[in-house]
Amino acid sequence: MKSGVVVFPGSNRERDMMRALEKITGIKSTPIWHADTDLPDLDLIVLCGGFSYGDYLRTGAIAARGRIMPAVAKAAEKGVRVLGVCNGFQILCEAGLLPGVLMRNANLKFVCREVKLEVANADTDFTRKYAQGQIWRCPVAHGDGNYVTDAETLKRLEGEGRVGLRYAEGTNPNGSLNDIAGVLNERGNVFGMMPHPENMIEPLNGATDGRALFESIMEAVA
Amino acid sequence: MKARIKVTLKNGVLDPQGKAIEGALGSLGFSGVASVRQGKLFEVELEETDPARAKAILEEMSKKLLANTVIENYAVELDEK
Repeated sequence: MKSGVVVFPGSNRERDMMRALEKITGIKSTPIWHADTDLPDLDLIVLCGGFSYGDYLRTGAIAARGRIMPAVAKAAEKGVRVLGVCNGFQILCEAGLLPGVLMRNANLKFVCREVKLEVANADTDFTRKYAQGQIWRCPVAHGDGNYVTDAETLKRLEGEGRVGLRYAEGTNPNGSLNDIAGVLNERGNVFGMMPHPENMIEPLNGATDGRALFESIMEAVA
Repeated sequence: MKARIKVTLKNGVLDPQGKAIEGALGSLGFSGVASVRQGKLFEVELEETDPARAKAILEEMSKKLLANTVIENYAVELDEK
């Protein structure tokens, strides 16, 4: 699987992400500079975590209007898989590639800890290597992860199986509606999530529960 | 031409920052504060001198960047001069 990770000023998880992708796929991941306007031929585009543009205006708002973003939107339209993690999720929402918005955590605190995730839909390109309802461990590190959308969109997301992951067992760290941790676009090829699966891929991390997420995408694009 | 764009949270959208400010006002002894909502104010100076055209540009800016219309409303105000 050929993957690329978009780097904005203030991104800080690109190395973790590229390292995880290389370890799991066996192929070096390509860094993509935000000011470029063209993308190489890729199976997966990742928007990684960090604090792009210092979270100015709204988290992800400036990066979402960056020069590379029209190319990301075009690739998504063509069916290329796009994964947004943490700040990447915020950017995808701001860019309109995913519905909703990530607001300040309900308790106003930055949370940096491990949560439990429940696979709310195992029939997606990003979760198919998990079992339906499976609970897995994953770290979160964010101040704005409180997923909000209007009632009608929420109903659609739930009805169409587009909530891929939920915070499980009372571990919702941010007040997200319906404990939502990750959502899909309508077509199912764009996924955004607040937790960091790239930091749960080898025994040194304490568990390898995040690997299946990347292996799911590998299987989907194979 | 100078203008101000006021961005506020829509009704029903939870505003934890506003709540925290409300609490702090209470601890300072300001009683009778029913609620506080936090918003943003942008002061923009445009080269455009025609009010109608300026307003249209500012509306476009608000929709495309300054406000996230999923959760926020915006109001454009031109300086009458």
